[in-house]
Amino acid sequence: MDGDSTSGGDRRGRHSHRAEPTTLTGSDPPDERDEDSRNGDGATAWQPLVPGVPAARGVDDEPAPAGNETDRPAADVRRPARTRGDLVRTGVRGVGQLLVTAGLVVLLFVVYEVWVTDLFSDRKQTELSQELREDWTADPTVPTLPDGGISEVPLGQGFAFIRIPAFGEDYVKVVLEGTDEEELVEGPGHYVDSAMPGEQGNFALAGHRVGKGSPFLDLDQLAPGDPIVIETADSWFTYRVVGPDDPNGIPSQQIVLPSDVSVIAPTPNGPLDGPPSGAYLTLTTCHPKFSARERLIVHAVLDGDPVSKADAPDGPPALTEG
Amino acid sequence: MYTWIWRHLPGGTGLKAVQALVLVLAVCALLLFVVFPAIEPSLPFNDVTVDQ
Repeated sequence: MDGDSTSGGDRRGRHSHRAEPTTLTGSDPPDERDEDSRNGDGATAWQPLVPGVPAARGVDDEPAPAGNETDRPAADVRRPARTRGDLVRTGVRGVGQLLVTAGLVVLLFVVYEVWVTDLFSDRKQTELSQELREDWTADPTVPTLPDGGISEVPLGQGFAFIRIPAFGEDYVKVVLEGTDEEELVEGPGHYVDSAMPGEQGNFALAGHRVGKGSPFLDLDQLAPGDPIVIETADSWFTYRVVGPDDPNGIPSQQIVLPSDVSVIAPTPNGPLDGPPSGAYLTLTTCHPKFSARERLIVHAVLDGDPVSKADAPDGPPALTEG
Repeated sequence: MYTWIWRHLPGGTGLKAVQALVLVLAVCALLLFVVFPAIEPSLPFNDVTVDQ
């Protein structure tokens, strides 16, 4: 800032460092640095300052009597130029900082999507699981049909547990009724019009692949024969990923467009209003990971009769096989 | 922007650093718990269902 105060001060500062002796003797050969001094106020600006003023006074030379008058115009011309430069620099820096900030916000969003939503979902799953267990032991709010099926479940309510041993022994999620985002953030959701567990038709579930608890993250790794166990109020249903010998020719796994609703038809890949031809389970999630371009579909078929929970409180043998 | 904020925080460098950290954490919390959950449903890459 010192050098900025006036052009005279700037110049004198330099001289006082580099060529003080010459300046003091008064025989100051005009050099290139002093060009504008010579053109404009050179003589008058320099002569009075040289004798008495020590180098250190270069800072506050405003009161300097002679240099004052002549230096001021030069300073006034220079200052706005400096300020404009400063403005540009501040503006550019501001834009740069905004862009960096935007980048960090996007990164934070990725962290949110992939990890933070897991925390939220886990908490909701824990609550849902407790609620459901309490409902089942106390006054069952979810009416069950005589054959162990479930009639009507209000949207957003948990009504079953899904266990996939291939995803780990501790893999258990509450299945909610409905496939809107508000249900899916809490856990796998049941397509409202599709069959219920154990029923003839297609028991279809949707679940998130990445984030929100990532219930269906590894869906593509399910192999034919892998069990998927559904637990309802009083029964266990064991589904197995279909093999190549499926009588209806249903694939174990397929990747379809988001608009291909036939995968959740009563007979998968059949007409939506067609008749059921078996008790299927269909899981849908997004594909590829982190994208919603396509859907990954896994089909399973009911294996054997439902097992009463009274007979097998710890679950069917499929849970512990392998 | 950050320079401006830093200049306007009171106290010495240590105090400023603490306040800056608190500000950063507050902004992160606001984003994570309010902004992101609010905008998320309108983003396209969360669809996992098949529909027409």
